[in-house]
Parts: sequence; C-alpha cells; structure tokens
Amino acid sequence: MRPLRLLVLSALLFPPFAARPEGQRTLTVAVAANLKPAFEELAARFQAKNPGLEVKATYGASGNFFAQLSNGAPFDLFLSADADFPAKVVKQGLADGPAFTYVYGKLVVWVPKASTLDLDGKGLAALADPSVQKIAIANPEVAPYGRAAKAALEKAGIFEKLKARIVEGQSVSQAAQFVESGNAQAGFVPLSLAKVPPLSEEGRFWLVPPATHPRIEQAGVVLKGSKEAALAHALATFLTSEAARDVLERFGYDLPAR
Amino acid sequence: MDLAALRLSLLLATLTTLALLVIGLLLAHWLTTTRRRWKILVEAVVALPLVLPPTVLGFYLLVSFGPHSPLGRAFVKVTGHTLAFSFEGLLLASILYSLPFAVQPFAAALARVDRRLVEASYTLGESRLRTFWRVSLPLSLPGVVAGAVLTFAHTLGEFGVVLMVGGNVPGSTRTLSISIFDAVEQLDYAAAGRTSLFLLAVSFAVLVLTYALQRRSLLGG
Repeated sequence: MRPLRLLVLSALLFPPFAARPEGQRTLTVAVAANLKPAFEELAARFQAKNPGLEVKATYGASGNFFAQLSNGAPFDLFLSADADFPAKVVKQGLADGPAFTYVYGKLVVWVPKASTLDLDGKGLAALADPSVQKIAIANPEVAPYGRAAKAALEKAGIFEKLKARIVEGQSVSQAAQFVESGNAQAGFVPLSLAKVPPLSEEGRFWLVPPATHPRIEQAGVVLKGSKEAALAHALATFLTSEAARDVLERFGYDLPAR
Repeated sequence: MDLAALRLSLLLATLTTLALLVIGLLLAHWLTTTRRRWKILVEAVVALPLVLPPTVLGFYLLVSFGPHSPLGRAFVKVTGHTLAFSFEGLLLASILYSLPFAVQPFAAALARVDRRLVEASYTLGESRLRTFWRVSLPLSLPGVVAGAVLTFAHTLGEFGVVLMVGGNVPGSTRTLSISIFDAVEQLDYAAAGRTSLFLLAVSFAVLVLTYALQRRSLLGG
C-alpha cells in the first residue's frame, strides 16, 4: 500500500505530473511582439470557440523566432512581423502549407506627453532636436519594424546624423520600454502598441508616412512539426476571417484585400 | 570576431576590477574587523547579486537610471546624458553585479591573516593604514589577486544586465556577450563560434589561474 499512497500524495502535491484532463489541447504560437494587444483578444475568442483548447503565445522579435524555428523550436504557428521570415521558413521546408498575409503594419514615432517635439510640423526631421539624446528602435537585424524605422530615417536623410543616438531593443516591446521608462526621448514603435496602455496614456504618436519605408507585410505560417496541425490551420483561417479582421483593424492595422 | 566589442568588454572588465579593488578592499577590511552586529546585513547585501537573477538588477537599474528617478535626473544634470545606454551606466551595473566576486575572496583572505602579526605592528607604533598596507595586504595577496581575476572574468561574461539596460550601441554598450547573442540570432554561427571559443579559452585560463593562486594561498597560510 505504501508506494501507492506515496504516488497518490505526490499526484495531489504536484498536479502538473498527474494525468491531464481528457480533451485538454494546447496550441503554441510564436507571435511578433507588435501583435500582442490584438492577439490576446483574438486568442481569447478562438479559445471560446474551441472549448478545452489553450492557446499559449510567446511574444518576441520575428528574427529571434526564425532562428529558434530553424533549430527545431516546437511551435505550432508562427506569426511574423514581416513576410520574409515566413518565406524563409517555407523555403527551409519547415512549413505545413503556404505562408499567409494577415495584416499590414503601421509604424509610428512615440514621444512622452511632456515632449515638445514638433513631429506634425517637421516630420522625422524633428528628431534631430538636441533634446532628443536617445532614439529607441527595435534591432533592424531581427525586428521588421526596426528595419522599417531605419529605412524611414535613411529616406529622410538623417540616419547617419542620428546614428549615434540610436539604441536598439531586442524587439519592439523593448524599444517601447526604453522610451516609456524615460531613458530614450523618442521611439519607433508599431501603431498597435502606441494605441493601447501604457503608451496611449503616457504620450502621443505620429504616424510615419508609409511611403517612406517598405510596406510592413505581416505573414504567418503553420509549422510542419505541429502535433495539432488541424487546430493550427483553423487558427490561421480564423485570423483572416471577417471577425478577426474587425479586431485587427481596431488595433491599428491595414488589412489585405479579400 | 567583433573587435570593437572585444575592446569594450576588456575595458569594462578592467575598470570594474580596478574600482572593485578599491571599494572591495575597503568593504572587506571593514567586514573582517568590525564588531557591529548589523555587519551581517552588509554581508547579505554584498552577496545579493549571487542569488538574484540579472533581470532583477537590470529592471531596477532601468527604472533608477531614467529621468523618473532622482538618481537618473541628477546624472543627466551633471553629464548631460542618461545613465542607461551609456558606458558609465554599464560600469556602475558591473560594479554592483560583481561585488560579491571581489568582496568575498578579499574578506576570506584578510580573515586568514594572523591577528598577532597585525597587533605586533600596532605595538611597534605603526598606524592602522600602514599596518594594512605593509602587513595585512601582502599576506592576503593571493586571495586579493584571485578576487580581482574572478571579477574581471565575471564582468567579461556579463549578459543579462547589459541586455536590459545597454541598448546594443556599438562601441559603448555592445559587449562581447551581446555580440555573440546577436550573431546567434542572425544565424551567423561562424562569428558566434569564434567569439564563444575565445571567451571559453579566456574563462578557462582565468579559472586555472584562480585555483593555482588559491592553492598557493592555502599552502602558504
């Protein structure tokens, strides 16, 4: 009896080791950091439609996810901040089906409320003001919004001049955190992050003209190793559905043509 | 290999070690000679970086470096720029983060010095400072060198704090470990491999040196 009692006791004390309830399923999704506010709502809706399903999201820079996926990270679905990384996933033979575009992202410059920068009047040139000592962007090598920010600064002809003031976050979230904490005076962040708290409450944003940087086409792809391929495809389909499009539009994205 | 990052890491490690030789010896001397009861509190604070994840220190530094805090505002007033994303900020972070790696070996070595020799020096009319300089310090030299070497190596390998408050600025905050992280994230395994191998070799050499010194210190003491 003793070993049995011990087993029962340990199952009570350590529920994770006990058998999982029947019908409990999990989808693990690698989500570009800019999508976090929208994806939280979308995942909740998708879970409501699929009882017993848990959507586990990891938020980060798309390039970091791509590096992890290339090394066998066990994600079911990858939602990138660009179209290049999903295309590479397909090319490497790691995808289950083609990549799909779900939104077009918008880039903004965010400054704290107290900032006196005249972005509306001067545009990006306002960033050359001496009060701006640090400008936060996401690492252009791994984060598509960082790439777009760099392109916009180059197009405005001020990248070389401002280069020494640029600090890089590992993702758009870290770039936002650098400027939100007051350590940088301006930051390039996705509209989707600028529209929600805490950024929406603590500062204002200026939309970077889309013509000044390559279009931020955000694509996703279902991954080959997925043990829940059917569910992963269902989530992908849901993300491009009419209901999801309304949510995505509300969070500050442009939508692909139907 | 990223030579700018190498130069930066070596400079950071050297300055951190020099700073901790001064601060660490003062603190270690006080810890080994004081009879105050609240010394245990100081000992605990010194050891905190051993226990806390670098993210905790990184988070506090990010918040206290910013203009929302008195320290951050004062620093901006004096230097004209923020502590975060600057070399000075990294230096301050490294000194805090490597504190136990210096103070603990220093204090252990100072505690092993024969008390009678120190008292003999006092009876011969030597001051406290001279006694420390001429008696205690030479006798505990192997331990002091070991602490300095460990501090140097630990700073060279620092990652988490730098990732959180550095901002990846080439030449001022992109250290060797961040450069490796970037290379891996960009799938540049060749570059990551070269830099990693270099760090591995340096770390190994440093540890061999430390153990050799400790052995000598034990045999001698």
